[in-house]
Amino acid sequence: MQKISEVKQEAIHVSEIIAQNKQKKNVSNLVEKWIPTILFLLASITILTTLGILYTLLSQAIQFFRAVPIWEFFTGAVLKPLSQNPEFGILPLINGTLISTAIAMLVAGPIGLMSAIYLSEYASEKVRRVLKPLLEILAGIPTIVYGFFAFTFVTPLIRSIFPEVGATNILSPGLVMGVMIIPMIASLSEDAMTSVPNAMREGSLAMGATKLETTFKVVIPAAFSGIIASFVLGISRAIGETMIVTIASGSSKNFTFDITQSMQTMTAYIVEVAGGEAAAGTTIYYSLYAVAITLFVFTLLMNLFARYISRKFREEY
Amino acid sequence: MGVIANKMGLQVNPTAKESIAKKINTQKNNIVYDTKELNLWYGHTHALKNINLEIHEKEVTAIIGPSGCGKSTYIKTLNRMVELVPGVRTTGSISYKGNNILGKTMKVEDLRTKVGMVFQKPNPFPKSIYENIAYGPKIHGIRNKKLLDQIVERSLRGAYIWDELKDRLNENAFGLSGGQQQRLCIARALAIQPDVILMDEPTSALDPKSTLKIEELVQELKKDYSIIMVTHNMQQAARISDRTAFFLNGEVVEFDNTNKIFSNPSDKRTEDYISGRFG
Repeated sequence: MQKISEVKQEAIHVSEIIAQNKQKKNVSNLVEKWIPTILFLLASITILTTLGILYTLLSQAIQFFRAVPIWEFFTGAVLKPLSQNPEFGILPLINGTLISTAIAMLVAGPIGLMSAIYLSEYASEKVRRVLKPLLEILAGIPTIVYGFFAFTFVTPLIRSIFPEVGATNILSPGLVMGVMIIPMIASLSEDAMTSVPNAMREGSLAMGATKLETTFKVVIPAAFSGIIASFVLGISRAIGETMIVTIASGSSKNFTFDITQSMQTMTAYIVEVAGGEAAAGTTIYYSLYAVAITLFVFTLLMNLFARYISRKFREEY
Repeated sequence: MGVIANKMGLQVNPTAKESIAKKINTQKNNIVYDTKELNLWYGHTHALKNINLEIHEKEVTAIIGPSGCGKSTYIKTLNRMVELVPGVRTTGSISYKGNNILGKTMKVEDLRTKVGMVFQKPNPFPKSIYENIAYGPKIHGIRNKKLLDQIVERSLRGAYIWDELKDRLNENAFGLSGGQQQRLCIARALAIQPDVILMDEPTSALDPKSTLKIEELVQELKKDYSIIMVTHNMQQAARISDRTAFFLNGEVVEFDNTNKIFSNPSDKRTEDYISGRFG
């Protein structure tokens, strides 16, 4: 009782304090008013940068297409930029890019998805808490390290079993790129699967479905758009990956489907050309931009495709 | 599956009164579930204490009691969904048609095929209405499209929702109202023709109108199925159940005909609870 009366004596007039503070608030009102504009400007930096990049690429690529007809560029199967009679066909580069990406996804897709299934459906909370950060550390390793690993470890390993494989080949960087992408797919797919409400799993288990059936018939379909998104991000990453293929796949501009041979990807070509052999203003210099814009279009198409797929197969919950 | 450690052979002689009651009941109706000396722990929490309960075929058995009394835990033990909680331990036995479901030889998938469940919150799959119903039959190996069509229609009719949904079979189940979703979930459970349907507060997330529909449905369903329903709502238990078990602090305080429980309970605590003195 005594305590209550003490409190009453030194009563705090909260409403008065609030009223006083309200008067001071004029400055913060101004901030409140301008905040949307400031945030909008900050957000538009990304958009402006993208537009800037697009402008640079296009304006320089046009220079290239003045020298080499666009049709010849996109259908040419021979790429000999440094020869006496240079030929600029991009097909060998597209081929190299697609093959290395396919190898990488054959590794990263299944392993990444299975890891995600393990982490989200089977692993105990304890195991998950250790494994997930570990996976994400794997994702933080610089790609040059992976490139080195492919060149000095994986390639010799493959060659010790299959001696006919070249010292530089597309197989080894493809595999290592796959390993690099696993954490990305595993982590994003796991996020998508853990966010499927437990009530759905219970609904399936209560009908006599096994855990595996529940995982494949309820959880994965429900998380499908997230899983597809992770795959597409993986593919985009593989298409854009540069260092690993530059180091371990060499620079032969072979147009072949033989994965034991050296091939060049679009990114590796850009590295090679930008690496100094081409003087500014030459056709070979401008070809860099033509390849870059092709790369840009590829990634753009991938993202549009991802949106389409995930919208089409979306299971809303 | 190894979560449940089961101690068998703790048979205790039933008192004379109980055995007489049992005789009368078996004459009238067969027993689906016979729970004996069931104890259950979540870690160190003793959630169910020495439960003895007989559930009868083709009746509605209501389980009432205040929050945290173990009624949901008990119903989830009947199809062993309770094992999804890590660290659950049980002793005693629950015999389902003569087989101890807590025993090592019982496959949970087989048990759950025979014992359907409807949850507190409607939990349809994010699939079409058709696929929701066809899910169970498909899981259990039914592929024939014609047969599946028939099953879907029969199950939806069984849940009295066919007329509302027959033109919307390919729509996503999430577009339905809460009450429709819950009846869809009941239809989904019916699709694999279970013997028992467990309902864990099936109307607590629904409005009064939908609740009424579900209650009417339960009355129809008990002709073919044995229904065990946990409910917070005592009027609901009084309206639709044949027998009522009153749970308190993990124990069964009283289990009797619903009329008896609500008109002339033998235990003071039951009387206090149903007259609204606590809970």
